[in-house]
Amino acid sequence: MRAVLTVIGKDRIGIIAAISSILAESNVNILDINQTIMQDIFTMVMLTDISKNKESFEVLSKKLEKKGEEIAMKVTLQHEDIFNSMHRI
Amino acid sequence: MITPFEVVETIRMIQEENLDIRTITMGISLRDCCDPDTDKACRKIYEKIVNKAEKLVKTGEAIQKEYGIPIINKRISVTPISIIAECGNTDNYTLFAQTMDKAASVVGVNFIGGFSALVHKGFTKGDRALINSVPEALSTTGRVCSSINIGTTKAGINMDAVKEMGTVIKKCAKLTENQNGIACAKLVVFANAPEDNPFMAGAYHGIGEPETVINVGVSGPGAVKSALQKVKGADLGTVAETIKKTAFKITRMGQLVALEASRRLNVPFGIVDLSLAPTPAVGDSVARILEEMGLEVCGTHGTTAALAVLNDAVKKGGTMASSHVGGLSGSFIPVSEDEGMIYAVNNGFLTLDKLEAMTCVCSVGLDMIVVPGNTSAQTISAIIADEAAIGVVNNKTTAVRIIPAPGKKEGDYVEFGGLLGSSPVMKINSASSSRFIDRGGRIPAPLGSLRN
Repeated sequence: MRAVLTVIGKDRIGIIAAISSILAESNVNILDINQTIMQDIFTMVMLTDISKNKESFEVLSKKLEKKGEEIAMKVTLQHEDIFNSMHRI
Repeated sequence: MITPFEVVETIRMIQEENLDIRTITMGISLRDCCDPDTDKACRKIYEKIVNKAEKLVKTGEAIQKEYGIPIINKRISVTPISIIAECGNTDNYTLFAQTMDKAASVVGVNFIGGFSALVHKGFTKGDRALINSVPEALSTTGRVCSSINIGTTKAGINMDAVKEMGTVIKKCAKLTENQNGIACAKLVVFANAPEDNPFMAGAYHGIGEPETVINVGVSGPGAVKSALQKVKGADLGTVAETIKKTAFKITRMGQLVALEASRRLNVPFGIVDLSLAPTPAVGDSVARILEEMGLEVCGTHGTTAALAVLNDAVKKGGTMASSHVGGLSGSFIPVSEDEGMIYAVNNGFLTLDKLEAMTCVCSVGLDMIVVPGNTSAQTISAIIADEAAIGVVNNKTTAVRIIPAPGKKEGDYVEFGGLLGSSPVMKINSASSSRFIDRGGRIPAPLGSLRN
């Protein structure tokens, strides 16, 4: 299963390091990273493979959200199908 | 890969524009629960609902977490109870409503619909018993919703039932007078009621439906308004096109959730209902969309035309996004549940008459209208008759959910709480309609029904 991880907030040092360390711990593979500044806001979108994830989707999602709070970023993990169904026919 | 822009657009629609799945509603047939012994029938009903809907709430929550889309309500609709209870040994169907209430509470859904009767051409014994039981049933339960279909384009309007419902609504208000007549907020009088509507209070599991079914209602007035903010000043063709595109995206999400819920629960997928359903939250209002289209306040001249554009574009965008569209599918205009509508009524821009005109082009009818407590039963019946006539003649669903708030007069303010919201008491026409309503009988089906 693939999931899209989105990190939104004010740019700072160590965002990718903070997030990717959690992904590595949880055995989640990063397939693609795209980062950009959108309307002055740092936006990072990661496509991840969570099929070998050690914990449940919910636990991983909570861990990432918590890390996001620590570095003052909004982190969201969602099944990729929600974007595919909305933006691709 | 999906572009960051698309990802952010989706997230913004959900987090900032209140885009959500309004309801996953599981329809459950109770046709195998009939029993001459009422206690036995109720036991069968309870067991069936609890058994079938056991995992509904948990599944809804799991989908919400994985896809990151809020699913606000998980609900149940059942076969009209008038049909199930009819062979029983009692004329008081309150026990059936209480059974539904108990089952709903055990499985954790906030509303259960189907305390219903279809009487568009006339009453059976069970229909009469059910209608007589509505006031007690709705005032002694919290989660049960009732709907009565009093007209169809094919059958005309059952004016005896229209007359009866005026009295029933008054009784519902009286029995819940310490809660502003809240029982009336759980009662809908329909013309051309759809069998697969997932939205409350009008949901019931129609007799042409399968054993169980999953129907999903989407929402997202905020997302539509926000999309329109980007085309300020553009012509109405562009406005319609923008609404269509947004409705498409919203509905695709509904379709995804519906299929996923259906797969996980092993229950067939029925329909996605495309309705734009507002909530009392700021930024979740249908009225504000109409204002974004260029009206100073919802309810002024031009409102009906703007609503027609909105309603049509929502359908066109949504139809392609879902494999099966059904239910009410249009735009809801429930006054007490829409922050912009409340503002418009409060400031004298939106009247009952204008709302009636708006129901000619939107999906439902006079929804969550609060009127003075001393409004007569006949006047309420006449309001229902007007709405039913619009539905029956124009081959569309119309409905009335009206609350004669006990002890309240025009201009007072009534608070229901939660999704039901709050509303000023609206002005009604003071001239009597009672001689018209007292005639009773049936209004013949319109010429437009003769299509064979």
